[in-house]
Amino acid sequence: MTIANEPAVTTQAGSPERYYNYAYLDEQTKRMIRRAILKALCIPGYQVPFGSREMPVPYGWGTGGIQLTASIIGPDDVFKCIDQGADDTTNAVSIRRFFATVADVATTENTTEATIIQSRHRIPEHKLTAGQVMIFQVPQPEPLRGLEPREMETRAMHAYEEYGLQYVSLYENISAFGRIAATAGYPVMIDERYLMSPSPIPKFDNPKMNNCPAILLFGAGREKRIYAVPPFTQVRSLDFEDYPFEIQTWEERCALCDAEGSYLDEVVLDDAGQRMFVCSDSHFCGERRAHGHAGVMAGHTLDQIDTDGPEEKAR
Amino acid sequence: MTSLAHSPSIPPVSAATTPSPLLQVEALTKRYGSITGCEDVSFELRAGEVLGIVGESGSGKTTLLNAVSGHLEPTSGSVRFDARRHGLVDVYGLSEPDRRRMQREDWGFVHQNPRDGLRMRVSGGANVAEPLMNLGRRHYGEMRQGTISWLARVELDLNRIDHKPRTFSGGMQQRIQIARNLIHQPRLVFMDEPTGGLDVSVQARLLDLLRELVRDLNLAVILVTHDMAVARLMADRLMVMKGGRVVESGLTDQVLDDPQHPYSQLLVSSVLQI
Repeated sequence: MTIANEPAVTTQAGSPERYYNYAYLDEQTKRMIRRAILKALCIPGYQVPFGSREMPVPYGWGTGGIQLTASIIGPDDVFKCIDQGADDTTNAVSIRRFFATVADVATTENTTEATIIQSRHRIPEHKLTAGQVMIFQVPQPEPLRGLEPREMETRAMHAYEEYGLQYVSLYENISAFGRIAATAGYPVMIDERYLMSPSPIPKFDNPKMNNCPAILLFGAGREKRIYAVPPFTQVRSLDFEDYPFEIQTWEERCALCDAEGSYLDEVVLDDAGQRMFVCSDSHFCGERRAHGHAGVMAGHTLDQIDTDGPEEKAR
Repeated sequence: MTSLAHSPSIPPVSAATTPSPLLQVEALTKRYGSITGCEDVSFELRAGEVLGIVGESGSGKTTLLNAVSGHLEPTSGSVRFDARRHGLVDVYGLSEPDRRRMQREDWGFVHQNPRDGLRMRVSGGANVAEPLMNLGRRHYGEMRQGTISWLARVELDLNRIDHKPRTFSGGMQQRIQIARNLIHQPRLVFMDEPTGGLDVSVQARLLDLLRELVRDLNLAVILVTHDMAVARLMADRLMVMKGGRVVESGLTDQVLDDPQHPYSQLLVSSVLQI
């Protein structure tokens, strides 16, 4: 049997065939998710339930974030995906390739060029601008869950603004460590109304959410919740009067690009205790090196890895 | 009240000292389908007064306690409480957020099993401080001081303030629970068998402590127990329940020394003597 006479199926961007079930999800699902996103934007910080779909990756690999991205992405978008700040990790590369395939979008590692940035647990060092959308992958959307296991109860607590319990975790921190030692997923109040878990981003990134010009969307695929921080919304990190909120600081500078005040990862180099501190944001670090900044370990083998080149080169 | 067996010549305790009651319960009935939890229970409670509710298991004590404490909506009847924020209000007439806030601010609830009343995952100190945080206190140092002074008050080792509740003995857990339920200065505390399951010497010390705190803080307490000795030590007044109804009520000594209702007589006579 021959199929030679059948019209060739085109998957070119812009063709009608492509626009049917564009970006992996079917139209009804995307519509449902968009409605959830709109509701989430209208009630900043409120967790909107949605019918999370099976995704071609396991739970915990960013199913919530992928569904959000698939629902808002269009052929004109420029997509960036980071995992713990880095563009070149397995999870980030896979998700970026996925959307390059199913949505025919341009991908980038450049923060300022991107219109949609899907992130696992970091906000880029570059200031986000109006028109950009940050999408966070969230494992546990409920900040109170660790202290209150009953969903009925936590929903009532959100409804009635009963957030005293969250301070118990901070109290425990101070009594155990003498300071608020929580570093990731540090709870925030949105517009002085809803308590929100900012997904496990380091608390270093919490201040970046306050009055941010970009849209911040949070998707939890397994827990089936979407929430959002619209542009220019107040985001306050919880603290005590006598133990104010503080972000992490480092005595070291980035060993490769000499950046001060960026979020640093500690990399163990050998068994003899050698280590280096490098920027967690790979694009930020690469861009600085391209501009001629050099840290104490510039020229190290790790420096040779091209984190800023086009994706084909990285493969 | 369904049947007041005692002669009316004896006035209710402290009726003369405090004119307005803190808590008014009227014709409270709770049915679970065709099963009666409690039926037509009425009483009043004033500040500084300890009301004991005694009866065998299944007599409706806990149902009554839950219905009065706002956890279980009654089938009929009313519970009115003199709240700091609202004045004398119908507990079930309040909106849910208001009722929850009133429960946080004005009430305490000591469970029989400390595991029900404590957060087992956080330290004893944080457990005691939590009611303060729930009331909006945001100063760690002050709350820490308050916690320490309350732990001292319930005679707990201050070096163990940051230990998890599971590392404490049953009696110590119960004392943490008591501190947690008194630190925010409630006006009414519900206690469901607070000394049940503790050995006799611990029980005696805990009762001593409770009695002292109740007197010092001028607390109103509703105490559910099936232990006559606890009732004798703690309660000013007693209500004897059977089959969901109050069969006898009056001053504790009166009820225990001269029980009128056949069931009360049975209850008192079945207490083991050593």
